Parts: sequence; C-alpha cells; structure tokens
Amino acid sequence: MEKIYSANRRKENELKASDRTVKFLLDYSKSLKVTEAKGIKFESNMN
Amino acid sequence: MDVQLEDSVLIKRYVSGDEKALEALIDKHNQRLSSFIYSKVNSRDITEDIFQDTFIKVIKTLRRGTYNEEGKFLPWVMRIAHNLIIDHFRKSSRMPMYDGSNTFDIFSFIGDDKLNIEHQIIKDQIDLDLGVLINELPADQRDVLVMRIYKDMSFKEISENTGVSINTALGRMRYALINLRKIIEQNDIVLTI
Repeated sequence: MEKIYSANRRKENELKASDRTVKFLLDYSKSLKVTEAKGIKFESNMN
Repeated sequence: MDVQLEDSVLIKRYVSGDEKALEALIDKHNQRLSSFIYSKVNSRDITEDIFQDTFIKVIKTLRRGTYNEEGKFLPWVMRIAHNLIIDHFRKSSRMPMYDGSNTFDIFSFIGDDKLNIEHQIIKDQIDLDLGVLINELPADQRDVLVMRIYKDMSFKEISENTGVSINTALGRMRYALINLRKIIEQNDIVLTI
C-alpha cells in the first residue's frame, strides 16, 4: 500500500517567541518611562 | 467579539500601569504573531528579532497614549510586524552576501545597484509623469491605486478604508491599470528607462 509522507508542520504551528524574548519585553516595558513636557512626550529608559 | 473586548480590557489595564496585562497580551498573541512572522522570514532567529521589535513598538505606542485602534489590536500588531518584515528584506537585500563558492569576487561585496545620475533623472521624470497620469483617473480608481502602490496597503485594508468590498476594491484596481495603459497608449507615452 502506498505510504503518504507529509512534512511535519506541527513545530511551525506551535512556534512561539522564547521566554527570554518575552522577559526582555516585560523588563523593557518596566524600565520605559514616558514623560510629557509642554505637550511633547519624551521616552527614557531607566536601565 | 469576546477576543476584541478582552484585548481592549488588557490594553486599558496595561496603560493604567498593570504590567501583568502586557504579559497576558504577549502570551495571548505570541503563537499567532510568531507563526505569521516565521511564515515570511523562515528563520527562528529573525522571527524572534522581529517579534521583539514589533512589541517594542506596541509598548511605546501604548505608553505614549497614541494607540487609538480600539478593538483591533491584533490586526494593528500584524501590520507593525508586516512593515518590519518588509524593512528586514529591504535591509538584507542591501547587505553584502558571500555566496559560499571558492572563488573570491570583490564585486559581490562592493557592487552598487544604485542608478547612475542620468537614469536617476529619467526615473524621477517617469515617476512625475506617472503621478500626472494617475491624477487623470476617476477618483475611486485613483484612491485604490494610490493606497495599494504608494501606501502599500492590502486590499482588505483598502476595503476597510474606502467602505467597499474587497472585490470592488480589486475591480477598481484592475480598471485603474487598464485605464492607465489606455492613456499611455493613446498618448504614445514611453515610461521606460
């Protein structure tokens, strides 16, 4: 009987950004400060 | 509907200082966004980079209070990612690449694909002439063409912006191109370098 082989796309479907990337984003968010002066918004990173 | 509502609630919480809401937002869209990016760039490392840059833009926009797409969070994030993917390919096409063969070719490193000054002037003239021709099109066709070609919008976005169906937007684009060709042929215009 003919066997049908197919590429395993499961890994691609389950693709997620790594915990390290997520942690970086969360830390970045915590360190980001937006201050407003005379209607202009300034960003600063308190790292 | 529930998903949209949940996003907007999470965004509100995050904007008012709840960092956990950001974690929930990232976690919620992580797989979908990563798969979308990976499907275009086909590299896990580049996917991570673009995912990170996308959310940095998201965080900045939310924190600056300039986010105004209530209920359409994921399409907005996808658009940011899409633009970053385009930037990535633009950058990488300018990067010198070593082809892996044994022969060393200095021109693969110092090659310059920029137009020379003469061709640049002709190209500028063509772009200008094309702009005049596009202005001759009926307004509905012109709008679709400008959004698609100059603003790089998808037909879905065009249909949302103009309030017509995707099929109508596609039809308008088709007629815009047909009419442009007609104008070019009737006036014997040559638009090539």
